[in-house]
Amino acid sequence: MNEFNWILALFRIVGVFAMMSGAVFVCWLLSGRQSPKHMSGVFGWSLLIVLWGLGGYAFTSRYALGLGAVTNLSDQFPWGIWKALVVCGIAFAAGGFLTACMVYIFRIRTFYPILRPVVLAAYLGYMLSASGALLVDLGRYHQIWRPIFYWQHHSVLFEVSWCVMLYTGVLSVEFAPIVLDRFGWKRISHFVHAITVPFVICGVILSTLHQSSLGSLFLIVPNKLLPLWYTPLLPIFFFLSALISGFAMAIFVSALTFWIFHKPLEPRVLTSLAKGMTPLLFIYLFLRIADLTARNAWMYIFRCPLQGFTFTLEMLLLTLPLFVVLRTRWSGRRRWAFAAAIPVILGVNLNRLNVAWIGLLPATGSNYFPSWIEITVVLNLLSFGVVLFGLAARYLPLFEHPDIGGHHAPRAIADVTTIGPMEASGHV
Amino acid sequence: MISRRRFFQVGATGALTVLGARELFAEPQVNPNGGAGVLVDLMRCIGCRACENACRVRAGFGSLPTAAIGYGAGDGKLSFQSRTFVDFRNGGTKPKQPVKRQCMHCLEPACVSVCPVAALEKTAAGPVVYHENICIGCRYCLLACPFSVPKYEWDNALMPRVAKCDFCADRQAKGQSPACVAACPTGTLKFGKRSDLLQEAKARLDSQPDRYTSIYGEDIVGGTSWIYLSDTTPEELGFPSGLPKEPLPALTWKAISKLPFVVIGVGLILSAIVRWRTRDGTEQP
Repeated sequence: MNEFNWILALFRIVGVFAMMSGAVFVCWLLSGRQSPKHMSGVFGWSLLIVLWGLGGYAFTSRYALGLGAVTNLSDQFPWGIWKALVVCGIAFAAGGFLTACMVYIFRIRTFYPILRPVVLAAYLGYMLSASGALLVDLGRYHQIWRPIFYWQHHSVLFEVSWCVMLYTGVLSVEFAPIVLDRFGWKRISHFVHAITVPFVICGVILSTLHQSSLGSLFLIVPNKLLPLWYTPLLPIFFFLSALISGFAMAIFVSALTFWIFHKPLEPRVLTSLAKGMTPLLFIYLFLRIADLTARNAWMYIFRCPLQGFTFTLEMLLLTLPLFVVLRTRWSGRRRWAFAAAIPVILGVNLNRLNVAWIGLLPATGSNYFPSWIEITVVLNLLSFGVVLFGLAARYLPLFEHPDIGGHHAPRAIADVTTIGPMEASGHV
Repeated sequence: MISRRRFFQVGATGALTVLGARELFAEPQVNPNGGAGVLVDLMRCIGCRACENACRVRAGFGSLPTAAIGYGAGDGKLSFQSRTFVDFRNGGTKPKQPVKRQCMHCLEPACVSVCPVAALEKTAAGPVVYHENICIGCRYCLLACPFSVPKYEWDNALMPRVAKCDFCADRQAKGQSPACVAACPTGTLKFGKRSDLLQEAKARLDSQPDRYTSIYGEDIVGGTSWIYLSDTTPEELGFPSGLPKEPLPALTWKAISKLPFVVIGVGLILSAIVRWRTRDGTEQP
């Protein structure tokens, strides 16, 4: 654009200002409705204000100018880091269906305390990585609802969009008790309670479908995706790694939240999750190696140096936790369970980035790297998730056990109100 | 606890779903003779780019700028404005071998199978057409196309469109040949029924084995409506390597068609587990 565009400038100023004031407001809420007391608080506030300010510029630019002006996408490389965020975020959020399944289907009492934080993290993961990222990534974001009415059931993307829509509904039902408890709406709460188990079953079905379908998305590009990742088994690998990522995410989210909010958590919770993850990791790595050997694809590690590196890194990150979990001295310690979860999360996310981005580069002859606006938007969406989680942890009964059995214990709403009185924030 | 009645209710719903799904999950239907097609006889092409010019005029972008006309000139790529162009290949038997590029109009197009809202359609007449009012802008077609044909209107902030050769479906409906074919002065492009053209290509190949050596488009990714006849390999003509003979949608279909089994299998297993875990009545399902 050659001449200075006043309307665009105004739009951007409003966007940046709105986002920055939003950042100040949520920081104030997160700090318990007071200004920061320590240096770390000041640092946190400024970080979020700067990030959201940049985000305001990024979002307004994207919506005012279109994809071409703000992203490094091209006809050659049409799917960038925003689509990769969808794929990564949904894998991260797999902890939600896994934990709900262990609690509501298998009735494993060990995991009751972590159900709410993990389901909330999954809910936010879906909202922000799936819906949020698609709302910036779709060329016609205002027509995101179209798959509801225009059906094309041969499309994997159609299936994924339906599964994600329905599963977000399921997560709402799983998440509802947290809100209903807060406001003490007993009758709706009882209704939700009655339909939870069928909804959880639906949730597991939908998750199985769309977690594997995210892999099926790339079955159509046999000549574009590097053979290190392209295999007819992509859907199976995506499902297995989503399960693994689900365990790791449950460890990560529960360890972090119970630690940050000073709540007691039995070490057994984390170590059992780590133990559950181990056999799946073994099966996954064994299948990956067998598949690569059967397709004689190992040589591509040396043929494409960048892809060879990211592939090796991915495999190392996924192998590392096995050493941690298999050492008997370490396997009973929750610190080590947490340490095992980190490389798994990184490894699964790197796998998704490899499939959706890095592995597509050689054949398409592209050197796509996201623009700063693309990266800023991703960081913003992630920060929205963290902030919303923090707000929920502060103002909603997140650390109570779900009431799933027949024994209706009186729910302790009282101690939540001591954390944050709702009257002042206008919620009551 | 799931009562017996509830179990049968679930079972009956499942059975009905399977029956309904069998219709829905049948293999995609393909027009057996593939409708219309074009035979591109590259040995007759002189690289005049009249096809390119005619396409631009018909798509409403005006004729080629005079400076850009000539053998070996041009942008050298498909774009939103140019839905076809003459690609002057280096190497091959001739220097700057001209190869016309446009949508290949696959018999089982990957772009049509991946579109979540059916904005792309393979018509029975042969063309793969784009319905721009349905598109949501996910750009899966750009990624999925094995020939990287669809292009995107990246700078449109509100209603970006996908652009690709539509085989002049409107002209075909009126009984005319596509604009590029009508403009070709040397008979390089021949429009007709794909099955007839394939036979003719084979006849030319058989009768003049020293002039022609290969046919491209007969069975690659399940066959394309545009068929190329030349004296060199597809790789030298610049067609992508590593494509299977199998239609690409079939690769995805193998996964999607398992959907009903996953739904019913996982549903039954989980229901059974809930029933088993709550069997002593201390916990309610």
